[in-house]
Amino acid sequence: MRLAGAIVTLVIGAPVMIGAVLTIATAFGWQPGLGRVDLGFGGFVEGVGAPGILTSLRLTLVTGIGATVLSLAASIPLARWLVTRQSASRWMTPLLAVPHAALAIGLAFLIAPSGWASRLVSPWATGWALPPQIVTVGDPWGVSLILGLMLKEVPFLTLMTLVAAAQRPVSEQMAAGRALGYAPGRAWARIVWPQLYPALRLPVLIVLAFSLSVVDMALILGPSNPPTLAVRILRLYGAPDPAQAVPASALAVLLLAVMAGSAALWLAGEKAVARIGKAAIWQGHRGRSGKNWPAVALIGGGGALALGALGALILWSLASFWRFPDALPADLTLERWASADWAGPALTSLTLALASTALAMILAVLWLESEDRAGRRLPLGALIVLPLLLPQIGFLQGLTTGFLWLGLPPGALAVTWAELLFVFPYVMIALAGPWRALDRAQLASAASLGAGPWRRLVAVKLPMLLGPICAAAAIGVAVSVAQYLAVLLPGAGRVQALATEAVALASGADRRLAAILALMQAALPWAGFALALAIPAWWHRNRRGLRGGAL
Amino acid sequence: MKFLLSALTLALPLATPAFADWAQTEAEAKGQTVYFNAWGGDPRTNAFIEWVSEQMQEKYGVTVEQVKLSDTAEAVSRVQAEKAAGKDEGGAVDLIWINGPNFLAMKEAGLLHGPFVADLPNAKYLDLSTGSAASTDFTVPTDGYESPWRLAKFVFDYDTDRVSEPPKDMAGLLDWAKAHPGRFTHPNPSNFIGASFLKQALVEMALDPAALSQPVTDAGYAKETAPLWAWYDALRPFMWREGTAFPENESVQAQLLADGEVDFGMHFDPAAPAAMIEQGVLPPSVRVWVPEGGTIGNISYVAIPYNAAHKAGAELVANFLLDPATQAHMQDIRVLGSFSVLDPSKLDDAAKAAFAALPTAPALPTLDDLGPTLSEPHPSWMTKLTEDWAQRYTK
Repeated sequence: MRLAGAIVTLVIGAPVMIGAVLTIATAFGWQPGLGRVDLGFGGFVEGVGAPGILTSLRLTLVTGIGATVLSLAASIPLARWLVTRQSASRWMTPLLAVPHAALAIGLAFLIAPSGWASRLVSPWATGWALPPQIVTVGDPWGVSLILGLMLKEVPFLTLMTLVAAAQRPVSEQMAAGRALGYAPGRAWARIVWPQLYPALRLPVLIVLAFSLSVVDMALILGPSNPPTLAVRILRLYGAPDPAQAVPASALAVLLLAVMAGSAALWLAGEKAVARIGKAAIWQGHRGRSGKNWPAVALIGGGGALALGALGALILWSLASFWRFPDALPADLTLERWASADWAGPALTSLTLALASTALAMILAVLWLESEDRAGRRLPLGALIVLPLLLPQIGFLQGLTTGFLWLGLPPGALAVTWAELLFVFPYVMIALAGPWRALDRAQLASAASLGAGPWRRLVAVKLPMLLGPICAAAAIGVAVSVAQYLAVLLPGAGRVQALATEAVALASGADRRLAAILALMQAALPWAGFALALAIPAWWHRNRRGLRGGAL
Repeated sequence: MKFLLSALTLALPLATPAFADWAQTEAEAKGQTVYFNAWGGDPRTNAFIEWVSEQMQEKYGVTVEQVKLSDTAEAVSRVQAEKAAGKDEGGAVDLIWINGPNFLAMKEAGLLHGPFVADLPNAKYLDLSTGSAASTDFTVPTDGYESPWRLAKFVFDYDTDRVSEPPKDMAGLLDWAKAHPGRFTHPNPSNFIGASFLKQALVEMALDPAALSQPVTDAGYAKETAPLWAWYDALRPFMWREGTAFPENESVQAQLLADGEVDFGMHFDPAAPAAMIEQGVLPPSVRVWVPEGGTIGNISYVAIPYNAAHKAGAELVANFLLDPATQAHMQDIRVLGSFSVLDPSKLDDAAKAAFAALPTAPALPTLDDLGPTLSEPHPSWMTKLTEDWAQRYTK
C-alpha cells in the first residue's frame, strides 16, 4: 500500500512538481547553467511587454473558455439523444480516438478558402475560379480553433455524461418528468442533467485546461500574428537567445494563473447558473414536445466536418496534383505512400505508446490491487489528475531541464516518462470504475477455494477484467499517440513521432506528406480500439457473462 | 620575398601534423553516429542528407542521423539548455545547419566548437580570404567556427498562368499589388524568409546602403528604414488578408501559390521552384523572378556545438560536404539544385567537367538570370527590423 503510493508519487507527481517549480524559477530569472541567477521580475516585464500580448491573452481566454462552454452546451442534447441509443454512441469512438493534430490537419484541408469544401462547390455554384478572399483557417477570432477543439471535446463530454447517466435511474426520471408533462428536452436538461453535472465537473475542468493550453491544434488552426499564449510560449522557448527562456517561463506562469483563474471563474459560474437554473425550474414551464433538433444538427454538422476532414486527408495522400477549383485530384497515385518516410515515425509512436501504456497499466493495477489488499482507497486522487489540470507547456520544458539534471538525456526514455504522465490518469480512470465494480462474490469463492491474493489477481480478477483492461489500453495508446509537446520537448528532436512529424509537415510545402502522417497518426489509435473490441470478444467467445459492452 | 619564404618554411612543418591529425580524426570518427540538426521542411534536402549518410557510412563508417527541425533555433536552444544543465560533454547536437543570427548568437555565447574549418582537407577548394563570401556570414567573420556547404540567394516565384509580367523592383511591386489586391503576401518576418523579404526591400530602398554593413544604430536605423516603412504601409492594405495574417514560412506560402490564394512565392534557394514543380507541389507554369537590381544572398554553413558528443564524425561530415563530387551532386537539379560554395578557380579539370555536365530544367535559372548578389545587412539590422515589424503590425 505504502509502496504503491510512493511509486505513483515518485513517477507521476514528482516530475510534474519538478517541472512546474523549475519553470517558475526560470520565470524569475534563475538560469544557473548560463551563470545567470539575478532574480527579479524582468522576465514578466519583458513577456507581458511583447507586442500583441493582450490579443494573445484574449485569444487564449476566448478559445479556451469558448470551446469549453460550447462543447458542454452541445453535449447536453447529444447525450439525451444517445442515452436511449447506447449502440449509436459507439460511432463517437473514432472521433474520441483521433489525435488532435491529425484532426486539425484534416479540418484545415477541408475548410481553408481553397479547401475541399470550397472546391466541391466551385466554380459551378459559387463562380470562384480563384479561392475566395475569405478568412477561415487561422482566423483572428479563433473560430476555426474553437471548432477543431469542439470536434474533440463534444464526444468526450457526451461520453462522460453517458457514463454518469448509467449510474442513475435516468429512464425512470425521464418517465416521471414526461408524466408531469415536461417535454423530453426539458425533462433531460432540467431534471436529469443537473444531477449528472457533479460527475462532469472534473472532465469539464480537464477540457478547460486542455483548451487553454493546446499547442498542436493552435499551430494548425489558430491565428499566427499574434498566436495564442501557449504557442507564443513555445516560440519563445525555441528562440536562439537563451535569455528568452525567462520571458517564456514568465508567460507559462501567467498561463498557469489564467488556468487557475478560469477554473475559479468556472466554479463561481456554476453557482450562478445553478441559481438561474433553479429559478427557471421553479417556473415550471413544461416546454413543447418536438424532435431533438439540436442533436440532429450537431450529429449532422459534426459528422460532416469529421468525415470531410477524413476524406480530405485520404484524397490529399493519394493526389498526384490537385489544383483549385477541381473537386477531385486529377490523378490518384500511391507514389507518395511508397516514397514518404511514414513507417519510421509510426514505429516510434507505436513503441512509445506500447511502452507508456504498459507502464501505466502496471502502475494502475499496482494501485488498485494495493487498495483491494488494504481494504481502503489511496489518498492520492488529486495527484492522478494533476498532469491533466496544469497547462502542459507550464511544466514540460522545466521537466526537460530536470531530466537533464537527473542524468536522463533527451530521447525515447525521457519521452516515454513524459507521456506516462498523461497516459496514466486516463488508464487509471478507465480501469478504476470496472475494477471497483467487480463482483466480489467471485473473489470470495476463489478465496474459499484456497486461492491466495496473487492467484486471485492473476486467475480471477485480470481475466474477468480483460474487456476493461483492453479498453483502458486502447485509451492509453490513443492518448500517447496524440501527445505533441511531450514528444517535442523531452525528445529534443531525437524522437520523431507521428505527432511531431505531422505538425512539422503541416507547415511544409507538400500537403500530401502531411496527409499521410496525419492518417497514420489517426490509424494507430483506431487499430488500438478495434483490437480492444476484438480481443475480449475472441477470448471470451465461450463466456457469455463476460461478453460485450466494454467500449 | 624573403619574408614569404621564411613564412613558408615555418608553415611547412606545421602542415604535416595537421594531416596526421586528420587521419586521427577519421579513425576517431569510425562508428560514430552524427546527429545532424537541420531544418526538415524541405524533402529534397532531407533526401540529400540521407544520401550523405549512405556515403559517409560507405566511406568512413560514420552514420548521419538527421534531426529534422522546424526552426534552426530549436537546436540552438537545445545546446543552451544543455549548457544550462551543466552538460558540457556528450551533448545531443553534433552538427547544425546554421547561419546569420543563430550563428552570431551561438558564437557570442561560446556555444561552438572550433575553429576547425582550416583543418578540413577540402577547405583548399574554398576562398577563405578575409571578407570572402565563404568566410563571412551576414557580414560577421566566421573565424573558422562554421564550414560552408550551400549557396543561398533570395528569389521570388510566380505563376505565369496568372501573372503575365512580374514587377521590375519593390516599388513596382506596390503598383502591382494595388492593381491586384489580396494577391500578394510574404512569410511572417519572425521566419527567416519573411525577414529576408524585408531586408531585400531595405537593401533596395536604403538611402546609404553602406550603412547596412555596420552594426545598427538608432539614428542610422530610423534614417535608413524610413523609405522602407513608407513603402510597406502603402503596400500592406493591398496584401492577402489585408496584411493582418501571414503564412508561417515559405513552404506554406508555396501551398498558397499552388492553390491560387496568392500569386507570388519567395525562396532563399533559386532551385526551389524547379524542385517543387518536379515534386508536383507547384504547377509547371511557375517561374523564378528576380528584381532588376539583384537580390541578397548568403551561404549556408554547418557548425559543431562546443559539447557535441561526436565532434570527429561531425568534422568528417563537414569535410565531405565540401568535396567537389558532393558539391556537384548537390547542384544537380534532380538532387537539390543548390549552387556550389567552392571557388571555381581552385577546382581541377575533372571537378570542373562534373559541374559542366549537370542537367537543366525550364524553371531553373542560370547564374546569369539571377543577376547581382547583394550583400546581407549586418545581423543586428535583421533583429531590429523584425522586432520593429512586430511592434508596428502585431496588435
